[in-house]
Amino acid sequence: MSITPQHRPRRVQERLVALIILALLLFCPPLLLVIDALPAAGLSWLPLYIFIAWATLIGLTAWLMEDGSKH
Amino acid sequence: MRTDPVILSVAFGYLALLFVVAAWGDRRAEQGRSLIGSPTVYALSIAVYCTAWTFYGSVGRAAEHGPSFLLIYLGPTLAMLMAPLLIRKMVRIAARQRITSIADFISARYGKSSSLGALVALFALVTITPYIALQLKAITVSHAVLVNYPDSADTSLVDEAFWMDKSFWVALVLAVFIILFGTRHLDASERHEGMVAAIALESLVKLIAFLAVGIFVVFVMFEGPGELFSQVAATPELAQAMSLESVPGGATGWVGMLLLAFLAFFTLPRQFQVLVVENVDEQHLKRASWLFPLYLLAINLFVIPIAMAGLLLGGLSGDPDSFVLTLPLSTGSEGLPLLVFIGGLSAATGMVIVETIALSTMVSNQLIMPLLLRSKRLHLGTKGELAGWLLGIRRVAIVLILLLGYLYHALIGDAYSLVTIGLVSFAGVAQFAPALLIGLYWRGATHQGATLGLIAGFMVWAYTLLIPGFVQSGWLDAGLINQGPWGIGWLRPYALFGLEGWDIYTHSLLWSLLANVGLLAGVSLFTRQTPLEQTQAALFTEAMNPNLQATSLWHGKTTQGELRELLSRYLGMPATRRVFAVSTNQTTTSLSPTLDDNEQPASTELITRAEQALAGSLGSASARVLINSVVRGEALDLESILSILDTTSQTLEYNRRLEQKSQELARIGEELRGANERLRELDRLKDEFVAMVSHELRTPLTSIRAFAEILRDGENLPDEKRRHFLGVIVHESQRLSRLIEEILDLARLESGRLTLNPQPLDLAHLARHSVDAIARLQENRGVTLKMQLEAEPAPIIGDPDRLEQVIINLLDNAGKFADDTAPEVLLRVYRHKKHYRLSVEDNGPGISEDERERVFEKFHQIQQHEEEKTRGRPKGSGLGLPISRGIVAQLGGRLWVENATSLDGASLIMELPEAPPKEPASSEKPIAT
Amino acid sequence: MARVLVVDDEPNIVLSLEFLMEQAGFDVVTAEDGESALACVNDAIPDLILLDISLPGISGFDVLEQLRADSDKAHLPIIMLTAHGREVEREKGMALGADDYITKPFSTQALVSKVKALLAETDK
Repeated sequence: MSITPQHRPRRVQERLVALIILALLLFCPPLLLVIDALPAAGLSWLPLYIFIAWATLIGLTAWLMEDGSKH
Repeated sequence: MRTDPVILSVAFGYLALLFVVAAWGDRRAEQGRSLIGSPTVYALSIAVYCTAWTFYGSVGRAAEHGPSFLLIYLGPTLAMLMAPLLIRKMVRIAARQRITSIADFISARYGKSSSLGALVALFALVTITPYIALQLKAITVSHAVLVNYPDSADTSLVDEAFWMDKSFWVALVLAVFIILFGTRHLDASERHEGMVAAIALESLVKLIAFLAVGIFVVFVMFEGPGELFSQVAATPELAQAMSLESVPGGATGWVGMLLLAFLAFFTLPRQFQVLVVENVDEQHLKRASWLFPLYLLAINLFVIPIAMAGLLLGGLSGDPDSFVLTLPLSTGSEGLPLLVFIGGLSAATGMVIVETIALSTMVSNQLIMPLLLRSKRLHLGTKGELAGWLLGIRRVAIVLILLLGYLYHALIGDAYSLVTIGLVSFAGVAQFAPALLIGLYWRGATHQGATLGLIAGFMVWAYTLLIPGFVQSGWLDAGLINQGPWGIGWLRPYALFGLEGWDIYTHSLLWSLLANVGLLAGVSLFTRQTPLEQTQAALFTEAMNPNLQATSLWHGKTTQGELRELLSRYLGMPATRRVFAVSTNQTTTSLSPTLDDNEQPASTELITRAEQALAGSLGSASARVLINSVVRGEALDLESILSILDTTSQTLEYNRRLEQKSQELARIGEELRGANERLRELDRLKDEFVAMVSHELRTPLTSIRAFAEILRDGENLPDEKRRHFLGVIVHESQRLSRLIEEILDLARLESGRLTLNPQPLDLAHLARHSVDAIARLQENRGVTLKMQLEAEPAPIIGDPDRLEQVIINLLDNAGKFADDTAPEVLLRVYRHKKHYRLSVEDNGPGISEDERERVFEKFHQIQQHEEEKTRGRPKGSGLGLPISRGIVAQLGGRLWVENATSLDGASLIMELPEAPPKEPASSEKPIAT
Repeated sequence: MARVLVVDDEPNIVLSLEFLMEQAGFDVVTAEDGESALACVNDAIPDLILLDISLPGISGFDVLEQLRADSDKAHLPIIMLTAHGREVEREKGMALGADDYITKPFSTQALVSKVKALLAETDK
């Protein structure tokens, strides 16, 4: 069955919640400790990792929100 | 370039530009062509989050504490991710209840409590004043750095009189700006369009300025990020600068700071102002939810490179907070430092403007108005007089707040670095979060719980962050921090209950939130809500319920006259007329109030709208008090609200079920249509079959009747003719009965009632038997019949009589279609895999590819060639092959047409599965016939 | 002597019709399908045709249509013979210009008198 208009906002909301959980995982210690422990010549990889994860999240949110607003 | 007159004219020129933009924005709003009705402008206005603290302080924090500065922006990123869920709810509530500030919001949630609103306003004032001071300090310091470089900036500050301090004058200009553009309307819940436009512009300016200095440092002072970071890598003392180790409190500190920034983003009065109060359209949140984080990412992109560059070129100026200015200054650049100064100025002024508006609204609506309303004398004020009073109060509040900020800056501002003051403020406003966020989702949170939680949270915050700050400023004895008050070790403010090793903010946040949330939840569970509180709690928690907005919440009664008098006293005549205009438009045609109208009872919608109008100007708590003074009766109680909600959810559920049902019905309808279609087709086929049958039966019947009548009428027929005609009658009668037999067979086959008598038998034997039966007939027709038994015995399971019928039918058919001159038919029995096959070939013209399936259709007659017809061959009924196929299929076999392999014509092949091996005796036993 | 063309693909029916017509005093020509029927019309020039509908190849309706389209033979009396008893077919036959329509099995006496009546009519 195809997604009817009533189902769509709920689907967008579910994706958003998944995105929030992903953001929490990306920005919280377990993963950060792993990244921080990576051997680096010079500065730690941590800031680079954060900027990349940050940009990815922004991209995903933009895709989700702008795509959803068309419907 | 760096002389005071130039800097001052540029700085005040920039402020003048803000006035122009704001005035333009307001003008456009009046013309109905709003400048700020765009999600992008909305996102930019939210960027008021980035203050001078971001502009100068981020680099400072990165230099001292590594990547922890990023947390201040990751928190809001998380918060904005939730915007479509969380902030949207706040926006909807605020729009519906005409909320004017965060204090108003919290007060409204807990039964429009004026005491709670006052508490929040007071705490906000205490918390935010240092933060405003911080912005003014940033302006002073950056100005000093700009003028005095390369001398140290610090010395010049202390001894100057306040009128020499540029930030004093900036504060004064800002006061004028805010009074002009922040208090245009009495209704504080209305948008300040001009101000928002100016703030959006400021956000652009500070971003451009910061990116400019970043690009300058990375690409002009160094040859790109590669060179910068390889120099950093070559400096051992910087190796750990950006790892988690340099973050205060390590992983715990990281999480604490993330949470702190997340909470503060919702509860900072200026953020609440731009996010919720100034929101024009809920839909803008969608764009803002990613555009604002993108803004944060962009403005932080160059923080680390600038910090690293500053540290590499170490000691060019002691304070890392000033790297943004001192780095370009160190190269002798003139224009860029000025741009940076303007960027910092825009960051600071933007924050001060919005924060002051938010605070002044709180002070006037939550602190002063409730006090004024208690004074009986004011109730007697003439029409419109109070409206003027209100605006006056707000204007005075603006001046006082800015003055307070300036005093704080002048007296104790030097004690902290920029970031420290900012974080202390963050932790302070974070205390609003439990009452705000929990109240949005938990209907049971009570006024007492929220109040006690808030007070406790603030006390813990003050003890663990604010007071130690005074110690560090040297106002109190350092022993308080080191030994605890009166030497009690477990009361040390930075290590409460012996919790050590945490950074001070996470430490403070933990204890204060613990006390706050604990009391909010605990007390709420044991206290009772007033009816109004229950109503408000339900309205807040169920705000996204789609049918709630249409509901009128007043049950009370009053006359239009009384209501009109109340509104005009507080809001003035024009606003009152607007409130009434909407309602009279709907009910009566006359717009002017008549004596009659004044005696009319006010409708519930009118009362609701009147309360909203009052709330937009005075705050919800005061509006409530005023409406109560004229309306007899109560607002809708919890029961009614719940019943509205329940009906709504029941209706929704009912609708959902209906929708499901109708989908089901549609599907069933579709199926029925299909079935009907098939039935029609079957019906058509049946009609056709009946017509065919009737045609086939009439043909022999015609001959029989004709000859019977000829015989009856012709008495003098010769004997020879008589015999001939009788012979025809007999022959046609036989044909008729055979036809009837076949039709019955077919009917039985199709209805599945043909009873077969399956038994083990030898197909080869059966073939031999059938050939014997038909050999004579074929011989008469001149057909050469050959037999080739390649598998003998060929044990299968079948009904011997029926199979013989099939074989004879096949042989008979083949004989009819074999070649004219030398007709030949070949019967073969052979094994194929686990099956036995019987094929009957002829040497006729064969059957074309597309005819091969159609020969099995009922009454199908293969078109015979011209010359064949003339031969007068006996025609079949057209039922033999369909019947044969039906019999074979019922025995688990197949019957089909192929090209003949040995002869030239067609080959009909019958395939039956091999019989499972039984006891040898039975499989070899020949069949009875 | 009038000549009757009998067209049918059932040999026994042709046999019976041939006998009946000869007995009634007509000259008889027979054909088994539509094509040879059309050929016979040109060669033998019959005065009346007994035409079966379901013929192999060109059907009786087609033969009827072609004859009616030909101005020379348009007035040739034609009696349709059919085992299809359906009213629709009867109407179709009459619409195409058949002079009469007889359903199989038929009464021999009725058939013979119809043929005679038709021939007498055309003689006038």
